[in-house]
Amino acid sequence: MSELWDGITQAFWLIFTLDADLVEITLRSLQVTLTALLIACLIALPLAAVLSVRRFPFRRITIAVLNALMGLPPVVVGLIVYIFLSRSGPFGVFGILFTPTAMIIAQVIIIVPLIASIAHQSLRDLWAEYHDLLISMNTTQGQRIRTLLWDSRRALLTAALAGFGRGIGEVGAIMVVGGNIDHATRVLTTAIALETGKGNFALALGLGFVLIALAIAVNLTIHWLSHTEREGRW
Amino acid sequence: MSDLFPLQVSDAQVRRRGKVLVGPVDLTLQAGGVTIVIGPNGSGKTSLLKMLHGILRLNRGVVKWACTTDEAQKRQAFVFQTPVMLRRTVLENLVYPLRLLKVPKTEAHQRAGDWAGRVGLGDALRRQATVLSGGERQKLAMARALIRDPDVLFLDEPCASLDGRAMREIETILQNAAASGTRIIMSTHDMGQARRLADEVLFILHGKVHEFGPAAGFFDTAETPQARAFLNGDIVE
Repeated sequence: MSELWDGITQAFWLIFTLDADLVEITLRSLQVTLTALLIACLIALPLAAVLSVRRFPFRRITIAVLNALMGLPPVVVGLIVYIFLSRSGPFGVFGILFTPTAMIIAQVIIIVPLIASIAHQSLRDLWAEYHDLLISMNTTQGQRIRTLLWDSRRALLTAALAGFGRGIGEVGAIMVVGGNIDHATRVLTTAIALETGKGNFALALGLGFVLIALAIAVNLTIHWLSHTEREGRW
Repeated sequence: MSDLFPLQVSDAQVRRRGKVLVGPVDLTLQAGGVTIVIGPNGSGKTSLLKMLHGILRLNRGVVKWACTTDEAQKRQAFVFQTPVMLRRTVLENLVYPLRLLKVPKTEAHQRAGDWAGRVGLGDALRRQATVLSGGERQKLAMARALIRDPDVLFLDEPCASLDGRAMREIETILQNAAASGTRIIMSTHDMGQARRLADEVLFILHGKVHEFGPAAGFFDTAETPQARAFLNGDIVE
């Protein structure tokens, strides 16, 4: 119990003094995860919309596979990305292993299925509601997809936030492909793992509280910016 | 007079999962006026309207407009029994079909405001469409359909579950639309409404057209025993 209290004290102190290392790894965590989130959204949301609107062979299997990939083990993703980016791998020539770019790639692979699956659920329901109307209005496939994405933006925001949550808290894959290198690829989660390994539970807990606070702050900011829950229906 | 007509329907049938929803139907509709589709529950009224409009794909037969199908599709609109509201404001719901037709934004907003006023939703422009009452939703759906200035307007029981005042408002909108040349093809359960609005009546049962002709003749001397039974308020199987 005293470690928990020490952790809270440490977290408060680290934030209050704007500890340079903390600021650095926090900014890197945000940079990696927000970049991965942006790229993942650009892939996952149109993919989810196409899966909702278009009928093509193996569509159901594609959706089932996408749902199954939500449970991708991050360490395995990290390992596969590692193999692809290592010197002997097909993309070794780019020399991006143990860089934030490699961490972003791993996170994108992990969160795309999650965002696409959640987005697909809400887009599919909205498509069922809009189907006859949009067909009757003689809309093109592109217009239908744009309409669905725009009108489900609140639900898609939830999907994106779920992706952010998974990304910011991820440790296995980015540890493997990032290497947890000080001042280069160390982020909050890998720092927590390192400090725990060293027995610095208070510092690890402190970083953990900072991570939780960060996740909550980003969620609140996005909700505030997107005007969620402002238009009451009752 | 619209060059979409005559609409010729030959041997048209729609099946889903082995069950015939409507057809085979042979029918010719001419331009002008109001056609009211009546029949008992589950007789195929909605399916017939959706088939004519092109939402339901044919399994056999032909629905042939006097112009190309693409052109015909652009000049029709459909109002559903349960109005589908885009999750946007009233204004945005009205602007949406105009933007699809590439009407400039300023003009689209102007026309949307004008139509909202005409259907009594002028004060609700900034409200979310999903929070409107049933009558308001139906009026919005109707305005959203008519704002495209369609040659043909299909309506699937637009007044079901509305109170008398809302029904009167909607009938007035329909009569104005018909007077300005929009061809109206509408289903209803309400025989009083059918008598008030119909120029011609189409009686459908088990997915097949049993009677089709001028309204006066139908209401006074329906030909088939099923139609007479329906008009008398008997259960028709």
